[in-house]
Amino acid sequence: MCSVSGMNIHEYQARDLLAEHGVPVPRGSVASTPEDAERIASELGAPELVIKAQIHAGGRGKGMFKHGFAGGVHVHQTPKQTRELAAKMLGQTLVTHQTGESGRLVSRVLITEAKAIAKELYLAVTLDRATARPVVIASTEGGMNIEEVAEKFPAKIVRLPVDPLVGLQPYQARNLARALRIPSKMLGEASGLIIGVYRTFIQCSCTLVEINPMAITTDGRVMALDAKINFDDNALFRHEKIVAMRDLAEEDPAEVEASKYNLNYIKLNGNIACMVNGAGLAMATMDIIKFYGGEPANFLDVGGSATQENVTAAFKIILSDKKVKGILVNIFGGIMKCDIIANGILAAVRQIQLSVPLVVRLEGTNSKEGRKIIQESGLNVISADGLADAAQKIVKAVQS
Amino acid sequence: MSILVNSETKVLVQGITGKAGGFHARHCLDYGTQIIAGVTPGRGGETFENKVPVYDTVREAVEKHGANASVIFVPAPFAADSILECVDAGLELVICITEGIPVHDMMIVKSIIQQAGGRTRLIGPNCPGIITPGRGKDSSGGCKIGIMPGYIHKAGRVGVVSRSGTLTYEAVWQLTTLGIGQSTCIGIGGDPIHGLSHKDCIALFNEDPDTDAILMIGEIGGTAEEEAAEYVKANVKKPVAAFIAGRTAPPGRRMGHAGAIISGGKGTAAEKVKAMQSAGIAIAETPAVMGETVRELLG
Repeated sequence: MCSVSGMNIHEYQARDLLAEHGVPVPRGSVASTPEDAERIASELGAPELVIKAQIHAGGRGKGMFKHGFAGGVHVHQTPKQTRELAAKMLGQTLVTHQTGESGRLVSRVLITEAKAIAKELYLAVTLDRATARPVVIASTEGGMNIEEVAEKFPAKIVRLPVDPLVGLQPYQARNLARALRIPSKMLGEASGLIIGVYRTFIQCSCTLVEINPMAITTDGRVMALDAKINFDDNALFRHEKIVAMRDLAEEDPAEVEASKYNLNYIKLNGNIACMVNGAGLAMATMDIIKFYGGEPANFLDVGGSATQENVTAAFKIILSDKKVKGILVNIFGGIMKCDIIANGILAAVRQIQLSVPLVVRLEGTNSKEGRKIIQESGLNVISADGLADAAQKIVKAVQS
Repeated sequence: MSILVNSETKVLVQGITGKAGGFHARHCLDYGTQIIAGVTPGRGGETFENKVPVYDTVREAVEKHGANASVIFVPAPFAADSILECVDAGLELVICITEGIPVHDMMIVKSIIQQAGGRTRLIGPNCPGIITPGRGKDSSGGCKIGIMPGYIHKAGRVGVVSRSGTLTYEAVWQLTTLGIGQSTCIGIGGDPIHGLSHKDCIALFNEDPDTDAILMIGEIGGTAEEEAAEYVKANVKKPVAAFIAGRTAPPGRRMGHAGAIISGGKGTAAEKVKAMQSAGIAIAETPAVMGETVRELLG
C-alpha cells in the first residue's frame, strides 16, 4: 500500500512519535540492559507484560535467535521474567523472514504493559500516487498483512482520500471509526487516534504511518499496539529530531558508505556489478545484463557529475561485495563529457588496482575520444560499443 | 510540428543566477531557445550574460516580457514555492528540473494547480525537461528547456515521453542514429508525485498532426504506465512503442528515483509490460533496441 519508502525507525521510536501526536499507546519504555528492563517492568506494575526485540524488520514474534532462543516477542507476568527474557535477547542476533539469514543484532528491547485485546483492527495513512493525496486506509481485519486482506477481502478495506489543503476533519475520523464498527462510547478515543496518526503523517513528512494492530481492548480502550513509520528522505532536512533516530547498524554498511558520496547503491545477489549515470539507465543496464544471462550484483547510480573521486569511491563500494566477478560501467555523457569520464575511470582503476574484468561503454558527448583513451590506456579494460555489446562482453568475461 | 513548446515559446529561468541555472540557461540560449528573462529574488535589476534581464518575481518577468513558460533550477527546499509562484502568475507551462523536493510539498502543489483550474501545466520535478528539436546544426533552432544535450536530437515525427533522464538520451540517440527524428521529447520526471503523466503526454502527441508515432519509456513503481496503456487502447491509432526499466529490480527498494519502487507486490515491470501488450503497444525487450522497435513500427 505504501508507494514510496525512506528512512526507517525502531518501533519504540515510532511509538514515542505517535504518543507525542496524541495517539494512545500502552505504557512502557525501552531498555538496553536486563537491569533496566526489570526496573521498567517494576515501575509499570502491570499484571501482564510484553517484551519486544527492537530491530528494523517484521516477523519478530515468529523469529528465531541464532543461539537457539525462539521468538522476539514474549508475553509474561513478572519483572524477574522480564529481566531473564531481556538477557536472552540483548546482544543476540534475531533471524526473521524479513532479515535474511544474517539476521539483526538486538541492542534494545521494548517493555510495555500487556493489553487484553477484544478486537484487532488496521489503520494506515499513506500517499496515494494516483490522486496525489494522503489516503487513510482502514480495515476490520487487524494483525494481518494488509496486502493479503486487500487480495482476499477487498470489501473489508475502507479508503478515505484526504484533501491535503484542508486536512483530515474530525467528522471524517468519526465516520471512519464507525465504519470499523467501533462502539459509540469509544468513538472519542478512536477518532482522536485516527487524527493523531494523520497528524504524525503530515508533521513528520511521512510516506507511511501504519498501525497494525490498532486494538480495542477488553477494558474499553482503543490503542496503537504496533506501528511502522517511513519518512520521505527528501524532507529530512526539516526534521533534525527524526534524523537523529537513524540507526546505521540496521543499514547495509556499503549503502551507508555510498550515501556519503551521493551515490545511489543497492546491493543485489548477482556477480556482475554495474556503475551507471542516471537511475533509469542504471535499471535498464541491470535488465540487459540479466537478458544476456548474467546476474546484476547491484544498482548504482553515480549521478550527473561522475568525478574521479566519485568513481573511485564507487569502485571500492562495488568491490566490497566479494561475490563480484566483473564490472560494467555504462555512461551516457550529456553535459558531462566522455573523455573526462574515461580519464576518471582509468585513474580510479590504477588507484585501486582493479583485479576483476571491467567493460566500459561510453556514449554521448566526446564518446569517440573517450573510447580511444580507454583502448590506448594499456590497462586491462574492455571497451564496448552499444548497450547490447557491453552486456554480452561482461557476461562472457565473468563466465570465462 | 510539436507539442507544448516551439521556437516561439518565451521562457523565463527561475534560479538563473545559480550555478546549475546559469550553466543550463547558457546552453539553452546557445541552442536557440528564447530565454527572455531570469528570476532570482533579491537580484532584480541585474543582467545575465549581458542580455537576459533578471527580476525579483515571476509576475514582473511575465508582465514585462510576456513569458509563457518557466524552467526552475531553484534548490529543493524552495522549489515548490517557485512552482506556486508560476501558477499564481498564470504561466501555461512550468518545467521543474530540481531533484529532491519533499513529496508532501508536491501534494500541496498538485492540489493548488487543480484548484486554480488546471491552467498551468507542470513538467517534472526531477526531470531533464522538454525539447522540440530544430532543423539547424545539432538540432538547434528549436526549443530546448532543460538539461538534455541538444545535439543528440533531430527534428522529426516521433514523440518521446519518459520518466528518466539518461535513459531518454539513450533512446533519443538510438532514434537519431537510425535517422528517425523527434517531434518533441518530454522527461516527466522520476518522483512519485509529478505534473504531466505518460497519459497526458500521449494524449497531446495523439492530437498533434506532426507526430506519427510515440515512444514511451517507463519504469517500475506506481500505475502511470498502466493508465497510459488503457488510454492508448481506447483512443490512440498512432503506433506506440515502449520500454519499461526495472525488470530485475527487487521489491521494496527505491531504485534511485523516489517513485521507482515495487511495493506490496504492485508496480512491477511484468504488470506494466502485460498492460501495454494488451493495448497493442510494441515492447522493446531490451534498452538496446528502443530505436529499432520504433523503426519497425514505422515500417
